[in-house]
Amino acid sequence: MALVLALVSGPGGNTGAYSYGFRHSILRPRVIPFLAVALVVWALIEVARPRRDQVMGAIQQRRDLVDAKTAKLRRNPLARYAVPVAVLAVAVAIPPFLNGFWQTVLVQEMGIFALLALGLNVVVGFAGLLDLGYIAFFAVGSYATAYFTGRLPVQPPFTLNPFWILPIAVLAALVAGVILGAPTLRLRGDYLAIVTLGFGEVVYSFVRNKTTVTGGDSGAFNIPHLSIHAAGINYTWTTRQLPYYWVLLVMIIIVFFLFRRLENSRVGRAWTAIREDEVAASASGIPTVRYKLLAFAIGASTSGFAGVLYAANVSVITDQDFIVQTSILVLVFVIFGGMGSMWGVVAGAAFLEWLPERLRSIVPPQDRFVYFGMLIILMMIFRPQGMIPSRRRALEIKQAESGIGEADGLGLPKEVQQ
Amino acid sequence: MCFTHNFWPLFISGIENGSVYALVALGYTLVYGVLQLINFAHSEVFMSGAFGGLFTVQAVAGPHTPHGWSTVWLIALGVVSGAVVGGLAAFILERVAYRPLRRRGAPPLAFLISAIGASFFALNLAGKEFGNNPIAVQQDLYSEHAEFHIFGAPVLNTYLIIVGVAVVLYLVVDQVVSRTRLGKGIRAVAQDAETASLMGINVERIIVATFIIGGLVGGAGGFLYGMAYNVQFNMGFIPGLKAFTAAVLGGIGNIRGAVVGGLLLGVIESLGVACIQTEWTDTISFLVLVLVLMIKPTGLFGERLGRAA
Repeated sequence: MALVLALVSGPGGNTGAYSYGFRHSILRPRVIPFLAVALVVWALIEVARPRRDQVMGAIQQRRDLVDAKTAKLRRNPLARYAVPVAVLAVAVAIPPFLNGFWQTVLVQEMGIFALLALGLNVVVGFAGLLDLGYIAFFAVGSYATAYFTGRLPVQPPFTLNPFWILPIAVLAALVAGVILGAPTLRLRGDYLAIVTLGFGEVVYSFVRNKTTVTGGDSGAFNIPHLSIHAAGINYTWTTRQLPYYWVLLVMIIIVFFLFRRLENSRVGRAWTAIREDEVAASASGIPTVRYKLLAFAIGASTSGFAGVLYAANVSVITDQDFIVQTSILVLVFVIFGGMGSMWGVVAGAAFLEWLPERLRSIVPPQDRFVYFGMLIILMMIFRPQGMIPSRRRALEIKQAESGIGEADGLGLPKEVQQ
Repeated sequence: MCFTHNFWPLFISGIENGSVYALVALGYTLVYGVLQLINFAHSEVFMSGAFGGLFTVQAVAGPHTPHGWSTVWLIALGVVSGAVVGGLAAFILERVAYRPLRRRGAPPLAFLISAIGASFFALNLAGKEFGNNPIAVQQDLYSEHAEFHIFGAPVLNTYLIIVGVAVVLYLVVDQVVSRTRLGKGIRAVAQDAETASLMGINVERIIVATFIIGGLVGGAGGFLYGMAYNVQFNMGFIPGLKAFTAAVLGGIGNIRGAVVGGLLLGVIESLGVACIQTEWTDTISFLVLVLVLMIKPTGLFGERLGRAA
């Protein structure tokens, strides 16, 4: 198995027609280090096998120790506030000193995707549903911006400042989410996944083909930047990224707190109940379909919200911004960071957007999808709760694996069960 | 209606596409039957079958265009090698993305995510290794022409090959599931995996076999589809969605339902295109999916692999 893994990771770094990639990756000396590492890993596993219990016991001990330490830290009020404050301080202090390229990465990739990941986390993490067409709502937000600023081939009745478009776009994405979710959420949860996947493709093909409305692959351009002309303040954002960063940071913090409140509210508890045992939840009087729909709609509107900021920032949007793969990308961030853990998904999005940019010179950027695909499978096999897990979610998964309750919202709702 | 004056040509090309959807739908339905999970990576099994068939044919045929019987053998070789590669891909998929999770008893969400990860991986790996451009297969094998006409509609030789191979494959799968010992095992696991294991059925083996059967037909379907259109790294995505729609239309988990659903979807889509612009072909099947889920989510023939067949 380890050998196979080495071969699969081997081809990383080559491209070309047909067998070129294989010949230049597997049949060249560069495969030797991969094989050597695989051999060492295999040997270690073989050596460890007779003492399996011992090794596992030691690992478990270390793990318990770390768990105990983090639990202690979590109880410590100083640490509880110190960590977020420290993170925030870094987020405020570092960006002004970055160069233009990294500021662009920070806004257009890390910031926007952190916001997207927060929204998807409500769907995947809180409600335990799977949304594979998430970026379609992002497109709704972006094209709403382009439309209401008069930058599409079809002219709007009136034009607006991107700030005023925010509520409209959020509403549009929300409505799209409800229309899509209402018929499907009454069914088994995995149907939602495939319907959203189809919806993502339909929206993409609309954007690509209906050039008389959306501009297709030539896109919509010259979308105006954000600006404020109210209460005596006149400020217009420009192509400089730093001011956008502050807006995004503030937005992310606001969304973060809103979702934190939501998580700990009646709604959040209803989601938890649905995840852990749907039948019991609905027997206790929770309208499960309605709460799932709510989560789905909140996710969709966050995506639309991010779409407005994105369109205003980049000022040119084309069909390629909304390919279906991008939806999977956001899912990768949520899975990597930890479903249900808001710190986790923000960190996951920021880290996984930063890393490929950092490694740009070593790893071709288009290859990151291959690695991300591998990453998802590995996460599901070895650490389904994510890198910075939500304690509750981690526990649920662990319990579900030993046969107690569920850990997702994919069951058939009670209302429609015969 | 907009399709009346062109009914037969549209109908025939609908049957052609539909028979490929049906082949792929079999894979979804079989796996759904035994695991109650949508296999999101099945579209990449389809794609790998297309590449497998393509490379085998190219390697064997060399630069010359074959004639007569050698063409027939080459197509047969393409179908078989597509099927083998598809089966192999499905086997590897089950090993890597499903088995470790099943061992642990992971929640369904984890399976869906891991399958989508496998699909994402395979798709992008193929794009990276084989390039992003479509590769034509058919003109290296034979020249496309109308064999005969039905109601004035031309029946191309490509249609005959595809429909012919597809019909043989449905019959084989149907017989395997309804007649053989393995098929009995599959039906038993689909009805109740726990009880089946008490009756001495090796559930793990049945699951692997189900994935492989689905992969074999899906891979063969991939080669046929690639022959009719082109082979490309992302060719699996849209036929995959349509085949899933076909499976739901016929009643997911139901083998005959998948075949009928596939043909029906192919025809609906083909006739529907006459009424709207061609770039909306993919939207039709999505609408069908949403409508079926809204009106009759169990499909035309009902769910459950165990009870049907």
